[in-house]
Amino acid sequence: MISAPDVVAFTKEEESEEEAYNEPALPEEYSVPLFPFANHGANPWSKFSGSKFTKDFILISEFSEQVGPQPLLTIPDDAKVSGTFDLNYFSLRIMSVDYQASFVGHPPGCAYPKLNFVEDSKVVLGDSKEGAFAYVHHLTLYDLEARGFVRPFCMAYISTDEHKIMQQFQELSTEFSKASECLKTGNRKAFANELEKKLKDLDYTRTVLHNETEIQKKANDKGFYTTQAIEKANELASVEKSIIEHQDLLKQIRSYPYRKLKDSDFHPYEPECVVDQANTIFDQDSTTSNPAEPSEMHHHARMPSYTPKLIKAKSAKCFDKKLKTLEELCDIYFFTQTLDQLNQIEKMFRGDVCYLLTNQISKALLKQQTITNFLFEDVCVLDEKPEKQYGGCQLSNQDTVNTKCLEQFLIPKVLISMGSYKSSVESVPIKMEQEIEDSQEPEVTEPIAFDQENLEYLDADIKGSISSGESIEVLGTEKSAAVLTNSESQASLPIQPSPQMIRSKAAGRRTISEDSIEVLSLCPSESLIPEDFKASYPSAINEESYADDEGRGPYLSPRLNPANVKEMEGNSEEEKLLPVDSACCIGKENPNFVESLPDLPQKHCDDDDGVVSIPPQPYRQVDQGFHVNFSDCSSHDVSGGLLSYELDPHYLSSREASKISLDEYSDSTSYMSSAASTCSDRTSSPAHPLSHFSERHRKKAGQNALKFIRQYPFAHPAIYSLLSGRTLIVLGEDEAMVKKLVTALSIFVPNCGLFAMPVNHWITSPLNIMDFQKWKLIGLQRMVSPAGVNMLHSLSRYSRYISILDVDSKTLRCPLYKGTLVPRLADHRTQIKRGSTYYMHVQNILTQLCSKAFLYAFCHHLHLPINETETEDSVVSRRRNFLKFHLGLVNEDVKVVQYLAELLKLQYIQEPIRGSNPVLRFDYVPSFLYKI
Amino acid sequence: KSSVQSLGEEQIQNPYTELLVLKGHHDIVRFLVKIDDYRFASAGDDGIVFLWNAQTGEKLFELHGHTHKITAITAFPSSDACKEKNYLILTASADRTVIVWECNSGKQVQKVSCFHSTVKCLTVLQRLDVWLSGGSDLCVWNRKLDLLCKTSHLTDADISALVELPKNCVAAAVGKELIIFRLVVSTEGSEGWDVLELKRLVDHQDNILSLVSVNDLTLVTGSHVGELIVWDALDWTNQVCECTSWDPALHIVTQQEIKLSQNQREVSIQHLTSDEECVFAAVGKGIYVYNLQMKRLIACQRTAHDSTVLHIAKLPSRQLISCSEDGSVRIWELREKQQLPAEPVPTGFLTMWGFGRANKQASQTAKKMQESTSSYSLELIGDLIGHSSAVQMFLYFDELGLVTCSADHLIILWKDGERESRLRSLALFQKLEQNNDL
Repeated sequence: MISAPDVVAFTKEEESEEEAYNEPALPEEYSVPLFPFANHGANPWSKFSGSKFTKDFILISEFSEQVGPQPLLTIPDDAKVSGTFDLNYFSLRIMSVDYQASFVGHPPGCAYPKLNFVEDSKVVLGDSKEGAFAYVHHLTLYDLEARGFVRPFCMAYISTDEHKIMQQFQELSTEFSKASECLKTGNRKAFANELEKKLKDLDYTRTVLHNETEIQKKANDKGFYTTQAIEKANELASVEKSIIEHQDLLKQIRSYPYRKLKDSDFHPYEPECVVDQANTIFDQDSTTSNPAEPSEMHHHARMPSYTPKLIKAKSAKCFDKKLKTLEELCDIYFFTQTLDQLNQIEKMFRGDVCYLLTNQISKALLKQQTITNFLFEDVCVLDEKPEKQYGGCQLSNQDTVNTKCLEQFLIPKVLISMGSYKSSVESVPIKMEQEIEDSQEPEVTEPIAFDQENLEYLDADIKGSISSGESIEVLGTEKSAAVLTNSESQASLPIQPSPQMIRSKAAGRRTISEDSIEVLSLCPSESLIPEDFKASYPSAINEESYADDEGRGPYLSPRLNPANVKEMEGNSEEEKLLPVDSACCIGKENPNFVESLPDLPQKHCDDDDGVVSIPPQPYRQVDQGFHVNFSDCSSHDVSGGLLSYELDPHYLSSREASKISLDEYSDSTSYMSSAASTCSDRTSSPAHPLSHFSERHRKKAGQNALKFIRQYPFAHPAIYSLLSGRTLIVLGEDEAMVKKLVTALSIFVPNCGLFAMPVNHWITSPLNIMDFQKWKLIGLQRMVSPAGVNMLHSLSRYSRYISILDVDSKTLRCPLYKGTLVPRLADHRTQIKRGSTYYMHVQNILTQLCSKAFLYAFCHHLHLPINETETEDSVVSRRRNFLKFHLGLVNEDVKVVQYLAELLKLQYIQEPIRGSNPVLRFDYVPSFLYKI
Repeated sequence: KSSVQSLGEEQIQNPYTELLVLKGHHDIVRFLVKIDDYRFASAGDDGIVFLWNAQTGEKLFELHGHTHKITAITAFPSSDACKEKNYLILTASADRTVIVWECNSGKQVQKVSCFHSTVKCLTVLQRLDVWLSGGSDLCVWNRKLDLLCKTSHLTDADISALVELPKNCVAAAVGKELIIFRLVVSTEGSEGWDVLELKRLVDHQDNILSLVSVNDLTLVTGSHVGELIVWDALDWTNQVCECTSWDPALHIVTQQEIKLSQNQREVSIQHLTSDEECVFAAVGKGIYVYNLQMKRLIACQRTAHDSTVLHIAKLPSRQLISCSEDGSVRIWELREKQQLPAEPVPTGFLTMWGFGRANKQASQTAKKMQESTSSYSLELIGDLIGHSSAVQMFLYFDELGLVTCSADHLIILWKDGERESRLRSLALFQKLEQNNDL
């Protein structure tokens, strides 16, 4: 973690708090009463701590055609979560605002019903009475038995903190889009299956009817038709039509544009599914040339077990039957996948918004320094969500050099938008009204403009919105997050409507409402931002996006093709359609059809080729061996990255892992030394890949480190030893004590590579040279037996490679340190009280140090002569001057930076043999004995 | 009591500030042999031969073939006539086989298993493109592994060392004897060679442990009881061996040798090496430098190590490296003592060694020496500590570093940290350039 505001440490909700800092307790009269809600796990910053639920949760609701809005499930699936909060009521609220242009029906130009592949809509709603704010993600699933084949659903992230929803809108939108995409993929699969069954039924019915008609014809030789015969013929005709319609539907559902496959947001599903999807694509291709047949054959082959039924010409009324459950609507695999994702989302957004933002900022910052990260950062934390981008900035990860944009843009963005959103919430109580196109309110654009991404949301079409009851605030909507990823390329498209037009469209639809419905921002995504429009906002944000455009230009050029443009045109027209209730029973004419674009699906298909090819990016090539670290976690190669990350067995033995194991050990009271303590096998224990542990661990390590620097006056040379790569041995009889110290000191140990943290908490056997090569911090048991003599002998023998911290006699034997860096890192008079805060402080300074090392390692002229005539000596002196004057390093600090630079070089060059077996570098410097 | 010179932790002249441990063997590693400028092979009691890259420490090949410990190893460079460089190594093992390996592919080329006893030494006569194996008899082989000829069975002892001499001769150390063989073109076959025994030299009182050919004129042998004899390498035909004592205090008398009065273990000459001027001898725990021209000992370090010195080598830069059973490697520098009149080296040593009879002459020579030349001293400039057991052997790879092998099953590659750092920077910028990141 780079950023370390003291406050942030308080704001993360955690499972278990660390034990209080062990200082003598205050006298009763001085102690301050705790925040009254603290025992609920709430924090003092939570405004609505009195609301009916304490923690954020996710709610899935459906607007059932039978019973109306109803909650289906919550995540976490626990009654306690929602508390006394009225889910039914809230479902009604959120389902009543649906901007989705969902529509299925017969377009007039076409004889058959059309499926629309509707983009999800995203809305922010607030209910100030309930103290609940929600990000609401509407989506439609297909159901053959449902009215108009569609079932409206929504997923809502409900929180008491309005700012959280607003600040995290992008992230929420991205994450929920993924979940929704997963759900819909499953649904399409299920829908296609259902259609096939239905087709078989119809086919069978037709055969039966046909036979009956034939029989009647034969039986009837009077020359005229009986009413019965006519009826049969009608019925047959109806079935025929129905078959054609269903075939068409099947074709449509199969031709769903699978561009998402290539998208970053797509999750690697199990191979079977991938194959399946590949098949579907194949089918789609074949259907364009030869409709339906090959695909049908394919599916017949796959499902031979289904026996067709006879169906009546008129299907049952919709109300009679039981609607499918959500689970039935989707393929079970995808359903569980979605639930997993939602659980993940819930975890991801746990805690105060301040914490989340800081986390995101530091993650974004960390992504900028992929090269140095391995030194001190938890790789696990970085890789936890490799595909997750800090939504506000969309950093193109390949240009790591582009740090200036961060400073310019990231931090201001957060601050400004926070304020502006707030002000607009409070000062502009407005009502969302249907189909008012022309009312213009300039101040609305302002808050949006500050949020860079929202520049793209300045689109017009809001339709199908229903003004609902009182006290609902619509804070923001968005049509599609998927398009956000290529918004930049779209922004630079040649064709644009005039800026005025966009503005007028964007601004509108806000009027003062009588019944306190507030629409704060609307974010339909498919919009075009002309360059001049952008330029009219001379903010740092825009500069950034320009820089970004330039950086990305070469990579994105394939996207700039006509198909893309067409698609957008299509979409915008599509959005103009009014939502209609289409026929719930097939075979009946519905008078409500509205014009639609007949060739819409094809356009979606065209879009496919547009987004496919992204050229490989530099950092990918750099590190094929270890690409979890170096690979840019950019959206394009997520699946690859994820895969290898899952496959890699080393992953578990990461820094995290060893930290966890030590965390367990470090608890001096509870830990009972046992057989496990004889860890003569010098391997780190298996890991629990949970981030909570590391959080707790950090606190503990920070706490112990604080104690160490306060307790030991020679903490500085000890820390210097660690930073300069000299193995520090903590020697002691008491295992718990040694381990505690090792834990404390482990936060100063630079990682040599990705997968192994060079810390060994407890060794009982004599050391050899390999240990110093492998471990940079060792807890060593002092023994009285002859073996102990042996061990001491080996210690004195190898004394040039090691520093020895003797816990029992409180002495330290190590080289002299006279630099200025470590005192800043470990000031024994520090005011920092909390472990986690101190940990962040340490990380902060270490990150600074890393950047110095990076500069040093990657400055060409510091290591190579400028021209051929230059001597090695002058390069050396230049190097020395750089370290001294540019980096401001004194005395031994130079060695720290040199060591870190050496690690960086090694990591960057990646000599495979050394990766596993690192070199041991050492100096011939005298050691001194420090005493308390 | 031990007067082993020790050096502080500050070693400015020691260039080796980076090490790389090469793991692979699981028994004592006894032999290291240089293949070319960057490759070397290691072998030991586990019967496995490893090929390594001396720059990166990369393990190139793992050669399995022997069932017992390896007793001798030598590289067989391709002959100059041969165009493609085809590096071979020969290994002999206690399983009574010799295997020829191809270094570029790591494949076993051929295996010879017709030996009556273990082959204890291997040597290559590059000029003749043949190699010799020494065990209970001496066999001569050509590159294709045809047995060209062999001696009769040596009854008393096995050949423990072989060295090439001018005029197609080889000297073989067989117990206390030094036997001179000559290879002559066979009378019958065109390809054939015959091996003739020319001379048995029986001047040593104890087993000959080390054998070194200084130049075309001189051969030096050292024995278990500390005798060091300098032989004329040319005069085999006369059968006159000009043996000089290595004790400069004595007059040059033929076949005079020094017996060190101490414990034999401590005086045995473990290893000999030489440059053009001097012979360097690892004697017990000490290192001695004998000048051939001056025919006297010019410098010595009586207790250079805590334990027996096993291997020494002279570096071009007047430096000497020694390794010992105590697990350390030490770097020495031969320094000229600028006119220090005080106690000339030889005298002191003579008394220390208890050469009672030479007292008078010693003082005389001491005076003589002071007049004629300056004396030298061996200064410790660095030590390498890494192995936890006896360091059996080492290989000096010039600027690539130093390779040491030890009884603790490890091989350590010692490197110049500065140089490595520079190389890494170079590699880094090359890589950056490759990726167009510059």
